[in-house]
Amino acid sequence: MREFFIKLGKIDRRVIYGIIALGVILPLLKPIGLPENITPPVKHVYDYIDSLPAGSVIILSIDYDATVLPEVHPMVLAVLRHAMVKGVRPIGLGLNPAGTGLGLDAFTKVGKELGKKYGKDFVYLGFKPNVSATILGLGENIRKVFPTDYFGTPIDSIPMLKNVRNYNDIALTISFSGSSLPENWIMYANARYGEKIACGVTAVMAADFYPYLQTGQLVGMIAGLKGAAEYETLVNRLFKKLGLKRPSVIAIRGMDANSLAHVLIMVFIILGNLAFFAAKYKEEK
Amino acid sequence: MSHDPWVWIAAILSLFIFSFLYKDNPFYKFAEHLLVGVSAGYYLNIYWYNGIYPNIVQHLTKEHNWLYIVPLFLGLLYFAIFIPKFSYFIRWPIAFLLGSASGFAIPAAFQARIMEQAKGTILLSPSSYHSPLAFFNAILIFIGVLTVLSYFFFSKEHKGTLKISSKIGIIFLMIGFGASFGYTVMARVSLLIGRLQFLLGTWLGLIKY
Amino acid sequence: MLQRTIPLALVFIMGILTTIQFYIPHPISQEFYRTTIDWMNGISSMAIILAIGSLVKHHWTKVSRGQNVIYSSTTLIALTAMALIGFIGGIGQHSLFQKLFENVQIPLQATMFSLLAFFMASAAYRAFRAKTFEATLLLLAAFIVMIGMIPLGYFISPGISAFSQWILDVPNMAAKRGIMIGVGLGMISTSLKIILGIERNWLGG
Repeated sequence: MREFFIKLGKIDRRVIYGIIALGVILPLLKPIGLPENITPPVKHVYDYIDSLPAGSVIILSIDYDATVLPEVHPMVLAVLRHAMVKGVRPIGLGLNPAGTGLGLDAFTKVGKELGKKYGKDFVYLGFKPNVSATILGLGENIRKVFPTDYFGTPIDSIPMLKNVRNYNDIALTISFSGSSLPENWIMYANARYGEKIACGVTAVMAADFYPYLQTGQLVGMIAGLKGAAEYETLVNRLFKKLGLKRPSVIAIRGMDANSLAHVLIMVFIILGNLAFFAAKYKEEK
Repeated sequence: MSHDPWVWIAAILSLFIFSFLYKDNPFYKFAEHLLVGVSAGYYLNIYWYNGIYPNIVQHLTKEHNWLYIVPLFLGLLYFAIFIPKFSYFIRWPIAFLLGSASGFAIPAAFQARIMEQAKGTILLSPSSYHSPLAFFNAILIFIGVLTVLSYFFFSKEHKGTLKISSKIGIIFLMIGFGASFGYTVMARVSLLIGRLQFLLGTWLGLIKY
Repeated sequence: MLQRTIPLALVFIMGILTTIQFYIPHPISQEFYRTTIDWMNGISSMAIILAIGSLVKHHWTKVSRGQNVIYSSTTLIALTAMALIGFIGGIGQHSLFQKLFENVQIPLQATMFSLLAFFMASAAYRAFRAKTFEATLLLLAAFIVMIGMIPLGYFISPGISAFSQWILDVPNMAAKRGIMIGVGLGMISTSLKIILGIERNWLGG
């Protein structure tokens, strides 16, 4: 038995790769559909947006890029659907150049899906390179930071932004990111201007944001594919209640694969440790 | 299976990258260099259309606001790096941005990362908490924050009380790192799920949404 | 003078003035603040020149020396093509530029990072050992969070999810807060060192 574990420790990495690939592919092809529990940080974001009166303006800051697309993009789509269906008007902007096209895609897609009008129900302003200057600038005058939208239209000719000047007119800012960028929104927009901030982050970053949740500097947090799946679940319930067609559920569909892959990795860690201790025991003997 | 040629291009390029799992090969190298080139071309456009043009050029050409000559001048100094004799001029725009960003960061970091965090750690009277568990958690947080900070206190040798305190700090740190690792597994697996959803669903049509 | 004094003076003046304006909201300091943040985006945008110029120089040198000609040419051709497509055809939702972004840049970038799932699994198998008390603690916390964060954990018992959430909310939060305060103090001291000219690494050689 001990020899078996020692041999197991020397297994080729490509075998591990193959097992992981299978562990992800099989549940994607044959999903089990395990139910999704809703965690408090996600519920807080949902409830906050849900409580906003129709016509309120929120910012969705697209601060991620394609490297974290499967985790963060479904969150953006779900939040956009939620906001737009409630009549809350989102402004899209971004602080990561490689995410500009992703935001454009999400806003156009959901706007079209729900029959919303560009410039009246939603607007996409595009990218700005300096993080602190952009966040601080939005607290003074949005027109100075974004003289035009992404398409080059002067901001004053966009009906939705007629009465929007700074954070006083923006009910919530959600930063979607795969890095620590939402901290900048907390440091500059929340601390200086009192703007309400929420974030949608990758699971890698999630644990680092808990101190901000406890102090209330963050309204809530959507974390990783799991958070995206939770938000999709909440939005699905809302759509069902309103008698609307269920939107696509890309994150929920990925969660079964996520469960199996997690179990496999835990098994790998246990086997790896057994192999290690078997080899150590043999060495000592 | 998709009939969209764009989906096929995306799928084939994805497979080129996946081929690296077997070993480094010319397909992977080609895809890697293609990514660098396409990204650079993308950034150039985005920075022009979303930054240089609306935030400098437009102010000068349309509004005739000549004050914007200053940022234009400072920005043009970036070109100095390509003229070895005058390459030091690149320090000017960097100095402007670095000085301003540092100045903005000081009060912001103090307020958001120190004051608010300290406020969240302070223990209140037991009656201020909605349950005994909440009070217990608050004590644990108080001990955790102080002991972790003591672990990072390197101005004094870790002996006596400081040694005990930093040892407790390590326990909290390890739990924190473990939690981060646990979350990281989800993050990495999710990225693979996303790509396989594209290959199996959008490309091959084996998954329906 | 032009090489060191002016940049050091500029960093000092800008640093002091942008710090002071936070505490003295006088109309003049407010106007200075607004102008500074307005200019910062313009100047930062032009930094792209530096990035693209360095990339072109690097690959051009390689091509002219006959090293990695095919790969470096790929980068240069892709860069030129993408840049021209955007400048000529625009960057809107239905542009060729956006199509290339969605079907070339996104899949390449996303797939490259998805490889991490395999490397992480392999590393977890080979390196994640419960050798010491601290390592065992890390491993246990990781296991609880892993199982608690997936639907399977909740399916087995809602208590697992609740315990995992407690770990994140309490001990993890305390650890991250300790680090955060330390980093915050570090940010302030580094910023001060830059403003006062003690930290000069940014000046380069």
